[in-house]
Amino acid sequence: MLEALCKKAFAKALWVYHANVGACNGCDIEVINVLTPYYDAERFGIKLVASPRHADVLLVCGPVTRQVAPALKRLVEAVPNPKLTFAIGSCATGGGCWFDTYSVMGGADKVIPVDYYVPGCPPRPEAILYGVALALGLVPKKVAEERYKQETLEELAEGKSAFAGKT
Amino acid sequence: MLVSKVREALICLKAGRVTLGYPFAPNDPKPGFRGKVTVDPDLCFGCGGCANVCEAGVIVVSDREQHYRLLEFFWGRCTYCARCEEVCPEGAIRLSGQFETATDDARDLCMRLEVFMGPCQRCGRCFPPPTPLDKMMTTGFRHGLEGGRA
Repeated sequence: MLEALCKKAFAKALWVYHANVGACNGCDIEVINVLTPYYDAERFGIKLVASPRHADVLLVCGPVTRQVAPALKRLVEAVPNPKLTFAIGSCATGGGCWFDTYSVMGGADKVIPVDYYVPGCPPRPEAILYGVALALGLVPKKVAEERYKQETLEELAEGKSAFAGKT
Repeated sequence: MLVSKVREALICLKAGRVTLGYPFAPNDPKPGFRGKVTVDPDLCFGCGGCANVCEAGVIVVSDREQHYRLLEFFWGRCTYCARCEEVCPEGAIRLSGQFETATDDARDLCMRLEVFMGPCQRCGRCFPPPTPLDKMMTTGFRHGLEGGRA
């Protein structure tokens, strides 16, 4: 019952803690943008807090530099359960241009478990809002893994086309 | 002081509602916005120019089989610079206006394209055209010259 109550309360007010782990400040500006009255994330109960111990949600921006990785692990431990982790921006999602450089771990999911990914360089404030709405279950997911295959010469000769519907 | 407060309240009333209705009402980006990368599988002929210029190493080209070239787009780390769109001779790669790409699964941020490479009639291997002129003629061979941009 307590769990159900927690789940219900979780959807009402998400307090977020924003962690910059090597970001260029682009994503940070967009995150702050979301909290302004124009985009107004506070209507979903989202509030920026100053301590990870008060937070439900951790926003991670940046491609986790080697120096900050242990601190990020301790930061995640400091957030009380149940918690959500958002990777904001291309850097936190997959490492960005620094996905294989020496001083960077290459994405938040290499260091901590990530629940939601918001790609973009930087993501639009709307994209971040969309990610939040996705976490709250207000909107459906719009991306999926895509697989395409071109037809072979034999299939072309037989008049079969993998893209018959297209002109 | 009270007058200034009243004046402020009036200004606020005049402004009305400024908050976007975004997740409940659409808010499309302006034209020219660069969003998620899309590829037209019909137009791509596997030259790999996009992989050559990609800043973030999003596009990985590998030749798995003799007649197939595999292009993998790990666009989760894409920086949306649109260099691939610029260099694509067929206009197969486009950066769409799609920005609602948040997901809970990292595997969603991947796109695979298997390109059929035209092989030599005699030896069965893929071959580069011998001269630049031939290359220009071969470009767009799948759909004639009106098929692509070149």
